[in-house]
Amino acid sequence: MTHIHTSPGVLAAGDDRSVAKRNGPGGNAPPPARKRRDRGENVAGYLFMSPWIAGFLFLIAGPMVFSLYLSFTEYNLFEAPRWIGLQNFTDMFADPRWRQSVKVTSWYVLIGTPIKLAAALAVAMLLAQKRWGQSFYRAAFYAPSLIGASVSAAIVWRALFSDDAIVDRTQKVFGVEVGGWIGDPAMIIYALIALTVWQFGAPMVIFLAGLKQVPRELYEAAEVDGAGPWRRFFHITLPMISPVLFFNVLLETIHSFQIFGSAYIVSNSSCGPADATLVYTCYLYEQGFVNSRMGFASAMGWLLLVAVGLVTAVLFWSQKRWVHYEEGGR
Amino acid sequence: MSLLTASVRRRGPGALAWHLGALVILAVVLYPVVWTIGASFKPSADIIGGLDLFPADPIGDNYARLTEGIADIPISTFFLNSAYIAVGSVVGVVLSCSLTAYAFAKVRFAGRNIMFAIMIGTLLLPYHVLIIPQYVLFQKLELINTFTPLLIGKYLATDAFFVFLMVQFMRGLPKELDEAARLDGCGHLRTYWSIVMPLCRPALVTSAIFTFINAWNDFMGPLLYLNEPDKYTVSLGLKMFIDQDAVADYGGMVAMSLVALLPVLAFFVAFQRYLIDGMATSGLKG
Repeated sequence: MTHIHTSPGVLAAGDDRSVAKRNGPGGNAPPPARKRRDRGENVAGYLFMSPWIAGFLFLIAGPMVFSLYLSFTEYNLFEAPRWIGLQNFTDMFADPRWRQSVKVTSWYVLIGTPIKLAAALAVAMLLAQKRWGQSFYRAAFYAPSLIGASVSAAIVWRALFSDDAIVDRTQKVFGVEVGGWIGDPAMIIYALIALTVWQFGAPMVIFLAGLKQVPRELYEAAEVDGAGPWRRFFHITLPMISPVLFFNVLLETIHSFQIFGSAYIVSNSSCGPADATLVYTCYLYEQGFVNSRMGFASAMGWLLLVAVGLVTAVLFWSQKRWVHYEEGGR
Repeated sequence: MSLLTASVRRRGPGALAWHLGALVILAVVLYPVVWTIGASFKPSADIIGGLDLFPADPIGDNYARLTEGIADIPISTFFLNSAYIAVGSVVGVVLSCSLTAYAFAKVRFAGRNIMFAIMIGTLLLPYHVLIIPQYVLFQKLELINTFTPLLIGKYLATDAFFVFLMVQFMRGLPKELDEAARLDGCGHLRTYWSIVMPLCRPALVTSAIFTFINAWNDFMGPLLYLNEPDKYTVSLGLKMFIDQDAVADYGGMVAMSLVALLPVLAFFVAFQRYLIDGMATSGLKG
């Protein structure tokens, strides 16, 4: 059912086939019946789309414009917004806690995402072999991806990584004395990263589907030519699954930028010791809804949008170099 | 023993290594869940610090305490609120996203490609750029502390991921089916409802289950919009629980965490095939 024949769906805008068909044979003017049908199609299309159009205008596009305006104002929800130009942005760069939040988030994205994806790929390669119990393992490994985002998982995490709890005690067995990760400003971020890595199941499933599409003959031919497992991995597996890898990198990175709930709960509804888990969205929440600085928080939201946009653009730009689409793709 | 060695010899040493590897990963992945189940039957004092996975003599006190509720609110209130929001979200997503997806996949209207590109763009949009203005909007409409802000987006197809999933699925349906329906004089509404929707059941079920679980787990939305404890969802109830008993009541906290997860775990066990296939499909196909 699943097959990679072009780029991952995110990249394919619209259904090209029908457009080609419509502009297809003959260049002569459409007969009146066809014209009437086109008008009918337009009406039907927009009627079916109307929930989305309303949602897009009132909940996405409109709020975006409003938040752009607010980002240049001082606004506390009760008095009218007061235009202050770029002051929110200059305040932000001068704010050590804002810089801390950028640092924490970058660290979380830069460390957590690669480890999570590497784990997902390694486990997917293990599960790609046909063995008894394969589908049971696949389901079990996927489960944390669904519960990982919940408050429950964050609470359990806090219990596992706190002082004198199981992780601490296990380390003592190996002679490492660090105390609980949760109370330690240097370590709590790694407890949070461990929580995201634990949820490797979702990208794993996508990798697994990609691996199943790699033709067996390629491996057999490489083996005949004397290529070892590493060569086979770097020269066959990785290029063949690169579209899927691209999709996973893109989605996981964007999601990591937006972490909120687990960071908030793991650090006990605060920002961790010495702001060690002050992720960007926690600070945005605090500024907007605790300190009533809606303008400042909007400015923060826009910078997050710009950052995510830049990362997305860089990834799309870089894919020419490392993402291989099969013949017939775009 | 001889049976084991025989089967290993037959399948080669690779099989043994494979199963060992898979079991080690299984242990790591399921440990937190199993630990939670064990801890929920331990006295609070033994939860942190004790190394046993399961208590020597299990107690039910932690669960008994939950029947007292949290801050004078019975936990059934939180469950009913969460269930209301989750079921309401499912209905909204299934209806609105499928209508939108039908238009993208089956109707040839002007501007379709550009709108599809915009819709995909919203998939990448960080939600946090919208929370301030949306909050202001719902505050002006006096909808704070109602469930409306949490539900309205579901009825307006703002969950682009599910639209995308359904478009992918609808494009995979044989074109002949809906073309035949059109020739037989079915309008789009009829084709949508009687032909495409029944055939899309796997995509709809996948979206429905994901929506339910996401709504159930959601923390930021309820945190922003609900401010009276009798409107709280399970996530907020849990937070309230840990806020009021930060250190003392580990037992109740763990028990409540587990109870809060039950619907998600039940859905997962029942529908894991759909969820996993749906996830896999989203990364593939052009």
